[in-house]
Amino acid sequence: MQEILDIARRSAESAEVFRVTSIRTPVQFEANRLKQIQAKESVSIALRLIKNGKMGFAQASGNISPTDLVNMALETSQFGYPANFDFPSLRSFEEVVVFDPQVELIGVDSMIGLGQAVVDAVCVNTAGILCEGSISRGTATFEIANTGGGHASCKRTNFSISMDGMLVRDGDILYVGDIRSSCRPIMDPSPVAGEIIRQLDLARNNASIKSMTMPVIFTPFGLSGSLLAPLISAFNGKTVLDGASPIKDKKGMVIFDSRLSLTDDPTIPYQPGSTPFDDEGTPARRNALIEHGKVVQFYYDLHTAALAGSSSTGNGIRSGGMPSPSVHALVLEGGRVAQADMIKDMKEGLIIEQLMGAEQGNILNGDFSGNVLLGYKVDNGEITGRVKDTMVSGNVYQLLKEVLAIGSDSRWIAGYVNTPSIYCPAIAVSTK
Amino acid sequence: MQDRLFSIIRGLRADYVEVRLDESQSSRLVYRGERLEEAGRTAGTGGCVRALVKGGWGFASFNSLERLAESAAMAVEQAAHVGKGQSEFSPAQAVIDTVAAEYKKNPIEIPLSAKKSLLDEYNRIMLETPGIQTTSIGYGDVMKKVTFASSDGSYIEQSRIDLNLRLAAIASRDGDVQQIGLSIGSKGDYSTVESLQEKVRDIAKRAVALLSAPQVKGGTYTVILDPVLAGVFVHEAFGHLSEADHIYENPQMRDIMVLGRRFGEQHLNIVDGAAVPGLRGSYRYDDEGTPASKTYLIKEGLLNSRLHSRETASKMGEKTTGNARAINYSYPPIVRMTNTYIEPGSTTFNEMIGGIKEGVYAKDWYGGTTSLEMFTFSAGEAYMIRDGKIAEMIRPVVLSGNVFTTLNNIDAIGNDLDMNQGGGCGKAGQSPLPVSNGSPHIRIRNCLVGGK
Repeated sequence: MQEILDIARRSAESAEVFRVTSIRTPVQFEANRLKQIQAKESVSIALRLIKNGKMGFAQASGNISPTDLVNMALETSQFGYPANFDFPSLRSFEEVVVFDPQVELIGVDSMIGLGQAVVDAVCVNTAGILCEGSISRGTATFEIANTGGGHASCKRTNFSISMDGMLVRDGDILYVGDIRSSCRPIMDPSPVAGEIIRQLDLARNNASIKSMTMPVIFTPFGLSGSLLAPLISAFNGKTVLDGASPIKDKKGMVIFDSRLSLTDDPTIPYQPGSTPFDDEGTPARRNALIEHGKVVQFYYDLHTAALAGSSSTGNGIRSGGMPSPSVHALVLEGGRVAQADMIKDMKEGLIIEQLMGAEQGNILNGDFSGNVLLGYKVDNGEITGRVKDTMVSGNVYQLLKEVLAIGSDSRWIAGYVNTPSIYCPAIAVSTK
Repeated sequence: MQDRLFSIIRGLRADYVEVRLDESQSSRLVYRGERLEEAGRTAGTGGCVRALVKGGWGFASFNSLERLAESAAMAVEQAAHVGKGQSEFSPAQAVIDTVAAEYKKNPIEIPLSAKKSLLDEYNRIMLETPGIQTTSIGYGDVMKKVTFASSDGSYIEQSRIDLNLRLAAIASRDGDVQQIGLSIGSKGDYSTVESLQEKVRDIAKRAVALLSAPQVKGGTYTVILDPVLAGVFVHEAFGHLSEADHIYENPQMRDIMVLGRRFGEQHLNIVDGAAVPGLRGSYRYDDEGTPASKTYLIKEGLLNSRLHSRETASKMGEKTTGNARAINYSYPPIVRMTNTYIEPGSTTFNEMIGGIKEGVYAKDWYGGTTSLEMFTFSAGEAYMIRDGKIAEMIRPVVLSGNVFTTLNNIDAIGNDLDMNQGGGCGKAGQSPLPVSNGSPHIRIRNCLVGGK
């Protein structure tokens, strides 16, 4: 990394190198059986440099000479945006624990045993189901250095269990599944198996549903798959800067139910989305986005913050290219109402567990519309079965303006979102 | 390289082994509003080894070629650890071949400055349109060479050039935000992203018009899909279900997807094939060294065949089709679509729309996804149809269907086949894979449309 910086410094005013080295071992199951073991190694290196006041960018994976990388970045700097920030000094960061050496010690046989235990438990519950999924462990090292001096690095372990079940019966295809992820080993198969079995039990019968407006419960899975994407887009400092966020002028205003609070929190120990610094070396921190229904702040990387006359909130994240504003780990604060009590309260309503296609609508505006891939009908306070061939449509701002209850059932979805169930008064349901 | 790869492969004890090495060069331009936010270049090298031992698979990927021999040994060891039964894998003829990149106007040879001036012009057209709040543009091109060697004795070098452009015009008024996008892709022809000025102007105007457009009432409608959206429909509604890896180890799915089953009326023919030339999903060999083919998934309304890898073909006792594809060296090949389309029929657009009292005309695409049985696909542009004519513009719609009924509800197929090359396909974490899809205009009865 230092060699690249040294070469870059000869032609550019300043430079920054970001390197990610990772190794991941997924053990994959298909049709209820162990199918494949993988080992994936990867090294990628990205260079940003400022030449004649303009930003250049190049990245590489595999074998590349430092000189070639610098030349590629110099070439693009001719077209780059005017550099409006300095690479931050990489001072010491507050510790966020995301490494557990135990993860690296888990052998593939333990992982195979774990996966098989989930599969076996699900198959005992439901004959004829076919499970597919993976148990994965990995370690990634993130390093950043810039010509301002200093070097920061973070090593993070990850362990995840993901399993889907597919059940075909009478021309019906049912999908159920769960995913759990942590920086520590997850050695107990029962939460994942239990969640899949819970979904299977609720979906055992099909129930009929009519086109009408009715109350709805979004489960943690349902909520994370439908309502969060529009909010992530709306709170993005870049969307706000461009005037494309419907809440661009709502800072300080209460526009959501006063019981709703949403935080981006990269400081929780052993969470896969946690980190001491973002991908451009800014300290990562806990940022409240919504506090008791009020729009508190938007999130920024260095470049966007400079354009907006704000400062980085530690949300410069790379996803294949240059850093841009993104979230680390969203936490929607839990409430006190048991999901069972929400169900009891419903005369006729819908529970949404998985919404398919929700992100294909006009997310910018907060609209969502999708097919209820997994959802249950409630009649007179009881779940009567799975609904099919049913679409729902709504707008996240209307839906979350006033909610009926917030659940006490918060959980992590894939390690990057933590949310409870939310009970909303009305959603438009269309069906055949 | 050929000798080196063969010598490594010869030293391994496995039922089948393949090595893939990737080299790629890409460039990318990203705009947000008037700002060019990213001008970047990427270079990549990497490789992988996949091994089959007694029915079990091992796979190891790496960036540095120095890791090749060690990774190969690891892949075999992993496969041996998994394998408890017998390998079933369709045999293949040894192929030694080199396939040069096809291109008409090579985007790799166009200087970044020229690409930037073109995008600047499109951006200006959108931003100057009254009512447009902002824009977003992403352009990327990639030149990639894949070297493949297998224990069949095959050694294949294939190069390809892929490019894609996505533009979106975003209009805003009183806290309401609407957008219209345009997505273009090509296998090695930069001219497909040139001369789009009129189209770009049009999406900007339509984005502004959307602010005044009403939302459709949810329910079932007779819908007409334009060739672009019908292409997305056929990809989601049937293409994915034709991928044999969803079927081969599932006895119930094998019953449902039995060849000869009726899925549509006599007029319905659905094709997938990388051997259809010149499209984004075209190639000569797939990532298992199988030659590309053209496959009739549905012929005259009946299930005719499906898409295979060598493993799925062998386990189902069917012929390979050359559909095993990997997005890059860090993934093993899986069964994927290539160029998927509905063959044209004979109905004109006027005949199709003529009898519809109230319906929806849905055009262009925004997205699509499937759970095999149920699927959704969303339009980029939509209008009501009233008394046989296109009427008012409505907010873009998300449509949904069920594979066991919706294909049967196609009651008219147009004569105007067109292929859409924008976007890409995602499956099992491998996204976006270059594919194309297309169709003539089609009419679907009783199609579920989401709305208020």
